[in-house]
Amino acid sequence: MRFIPHTEADIEVMLKTVGAAQLDDLIAHVPQNLRDTAVINLPDGRAEAEVADELTQLAARNPGATGFISFLGGGYYRHYVPAAVRAITARAEFATSYTPYQPEVSQGTTQAIFEFQTLITQLTALDVANASMYDGASAAAEAILMAHRVLPKRHVVAISRALWPDYRATIRTYLSALGTLELVDLPFDLATGEIDRAALDGLATGELLCTVTGYPNAFGVIEPLAQIVELTHRAGALAIAVTAEPLALALLKPPGALGVDIAVGEGQSFGMPLQFGGPGLGFLAGRSAQVRQMPGRLVGQTTDSEGHRAFCLTLATREQHIRRERATSNICTNHSLCALAATAYLSLMGRQGLRELAARNVELAHATRAALEAAGVRRRFTGQCFNEFVVALDAPEAALAAAERQGILAGISLANDYPELGGNLLISVTEMNTPVEIERLCGVLAGGR
Amino acid sequence: MATADRLKAARADQKPAAGETQSAPPIAASGVALIFEESSPGRRGVDSGGGADSAKHALELLGDDLCRTDIEGFPELSEPQVLRHFLRLSQLNFGQALQFYPLGSCTMKYNPVLNDEMAALPGFASLHPATPPHLAPGALELIARMEAALAEITGMDAVSLAPAAGAQGELAGLLMIRAWEEKRGKVRRKVIIPDTAHGTNPASCTLAGFEVVVARSGPRGYLEAAEIRRLLSDDVAALMVTNPNTLGMFEPEIQEIAAALHERGAMLYLDGANMNALLGVAKPGDMGADIVHLNLHKTFSTPHGGGGPGAGPVAVKRHLEPFLPHPRIVKRADQWEFDRDRPDSIGRLRSFHGNFGMLVRAYTYILAMGGDGLAQASRHAILNAAYVRKRLEAHFPSATREPTMHECVLTHDLDTRTGVSTLDLAKRLLDFGMHPPTIYFPLVVHGALMIEPTETESLETLESFIETMERIYAEALEDPAMVKAAPHSLKLRRIDEVTAARRPVLRWNAR
Repeated sequence: MRFIPHTEADIEVMLKTVGAAQLDDLIAHVPQNLRDTAVINLPDGRAEAEVADELTQLAARNPGATGFISFLGGGYYRHYVPAAVRAITARAEFATSYTPYQPEVSQGTTQAIFEFQTLITQLTALDVANASMYDGASAAAEAILMAHRVLPKRHVVAISRALWPDYRATIRTYLSALGTLELVDLPFDLATGEIDRAALDGLATGELLCTVTGYPNAFGVIEPLAQIVELTHRAGALAIAVTAEPLALALLKPPGALGVDIAVGEGQSFGMPLQFGGPGLGFLAGRSAQVRQMPGRLVGQTTDSEGHRAFCLTLATREQHIRRERATSNICTNHSLCALAATAYLSLMGRQGLRELAARNVELAHATRAALEAAGVRRRFTGQCFNEFVVALDAPEAALAAAERQGILAGISLANDYPELGGNLLISVTEMNTPVEIERLCGVLAGGR
Repeated sequence: MATADRLKAARADQKPAAGETQSAPPIAASGVALIFEESSPGRRGVDSGGGADSAKHALELLGDDLCRTDIEGFPELSEPQVLRHFLRLSQLNFGQALQFYPLGSCTMKYNPVLNDEMAALPGFASLHPATPPHLAPGALELIARMEAALAEITGMDAVSLAPAAGAQGELAGLLMIRAWEEKRGKVRRKVIIPDTAHGTNPASCTLAGFEVVVARSGPRGYLEAAEIRRLLSDDVAALMVTNPNTLGMFEPEIQEIAAALHERGAMLYLDGANMNALLGVAKPGDMGADIVHLNLHKTFSTPHGGGGPGAGPVAVKRHLEPFLPHPRIVKRADQWEFDRDRPDSIGRLRSFHGNFGMLVRAYTYILAMGGDGLAQASRHAILNAAYVRKRLEAHFPSATREPTMHECVLTHDLDTRTGVSTLDLAKRLLDFGMHPPTIYFPLVVHGALMIEPTETESLETLESFIETMERIYAEALEDPAMVKAAPHSLKLRRIDEVTAARRPVLRWNAR
């Protein structure tokens, strides 16, 4: 076996040293009945070329990956990944290291995470960000648990229905066992696609723990976050903003500047391939005063014994390996290599480039929306959008099928998750879409409205 | 001249002059400034299509009220500067591909490079998660095959690949126990966890709404059925146990324990963190486990990535299958699709379909290894650990006299003899280009060194590690001050972790 270096001679020497006659003597203490049934009935190992061939064939059976013009979004976004990002994350020094428990030989990882934390605070305009989490959905759930630690006496969690269905489902799962928190759906305004502020006003009592708002939301609508925060704070509750398309934060007013207490989201847009939905990363940022209630790893600046600047994991007394059942979260790892990809990506895009890319997305999405309207395809919501929007179709399934026949994945039907939006399609437009592609989309949807 | 002085003298040449060390911000000994400090206004690392006009136009489209005008402090560098920054940072890391990395319970085995290449195939990497299933049959087929392979390897009936990490697998397992009990009318409140357990176990219990009851290991280092029987009551939902345990020992009474649990209506949750000892040796399903979670980044060779991403599939026996988290795939009319009709499911743990990219890597590994190769891997991992334990026993005796498996936990007497601690030993190992073992874990062993060499390390590497450990032991007797001041050969000296926590600086600031 090519990954195992032992020669027959090595094995002989080693067995002799440990006082065994054969390899299976080393497992003789495992009960016989268990060993008898332990054979793994899988085909024998194969040469690299054969394995590569098998996987290549499986990959080729995903025509949706490469053979279509795509307008799919809904929480994961198609963006160009610069080659330099892959060159950096492919470095074995980064990829094959583990949690930086020995900071003297992990300064690459710890400094990159410190830079990641800084970039996230700059994008969100908040004081402190953690080292990353699994994804946007679980980060949103963790943000609610964090809010509960800050305000333990409150129990109503108001979640926008215009939050991605997967996020709402994840939050339900995470909170299901606690039994102390009550989840209340915040309806959206059927005209604007924004949170129904009157409904929120009705919930703004002394029991309200937090509000959870998509920014932009699951319909691509840019919520009036300042007003939502104001209503939330008037009740003495915490405002949580959730962003699945973090590129929007390059152009939109940052959550922290609008008074948001905890900003979380998904980081996949920043240099990670689509990969059928993972791995991406979750980010979580908040205020300094609440740092000890934060979940997940944190890297801090310190010095070595000669006074040189260095970085290491810190505030670990919040974490499971120290606090065990009293930890702030059960999270052990972060998504470190994904955070590295994001750090490299954002460093390349830079102060101007990221804003220009965000702007390009806005221009293309708005142009597409206008062209569709000109072709008679009605936009569903009046709310302002970033790079994603909803249109109303008479026969959405037929339109999607017609588009597919023409090699276009036109969008995501909202029928499954929002019965009241049965005829509606979520369309995402990014810098990956050319004017010709947009024209073809308009053609096929205009025909199927 | 003592070693410490020699090393100090050698280092003096590289040090900045006295005045320079006083300047603020402090100079990074690594020589790599923060990306923000390397930034200059006007530089860029990409040429994106739109340019400044595009930005202006977008602001008009959205209106000033919605928009920010700048991302203050954001970096501005050229592409080659960015590349050099991160490649130089990479050189400050140890990694499994470059160094011996025997972190106990972490299974730092070789990560085959083909794994990454397969995950990067456009058919996988460019596949959007909302792609209609009939346009992604290859990906769904991979998920189905991976589920079947893990069920076969663990001896379980059904597998979910959704959990993003081991800790999420734990949460899923515990929530399934809870859901199963709710369905039967009464929820038991307690979960038994041995004192040797990983910290995620009790933390996951809290999140799943269970109270932790600690079981004490017996005098020989393993869990005794008598202790479990003593703690069992009608309020105990499960025992959560790692096998082999964190001393590296196979739990000899595991089957008796499983029977005792089942008799009282409780379940056995097996933490598969140490699965690398069990491939083709003993299947958790056969031990009586109702639930087991795996860490693909340990046993199944996906890269650890400096701390994730990993994946933490959870496998169950038939009675828990209806409770598995979303998504589940099902074959209808010869085609895979997502099963939305699962009323008993505990729900979602995250968005989409799990860390699919890691599943591709682990499946590539399983195909390469085959059933025979996997069985060989565990046997060679056990041989390597047994060899290290035996060869080091004179100065670093094992914490147990019982046989151990893929890892060993060693102790030493240096702290009482010379004041040299386990941490000092670990730091000194860095000087020899080796990553230290896991230290001070399990908590029940004083000054523990938890060594997991894995099957992919050669006899020569093990010999070099053994020699180094013996040499450090001798150094600790001869010149304890030098060992206590280690590391000496790296660009950085020992890092002050206490100050980092006392006065947290968690981001760079322009001023």
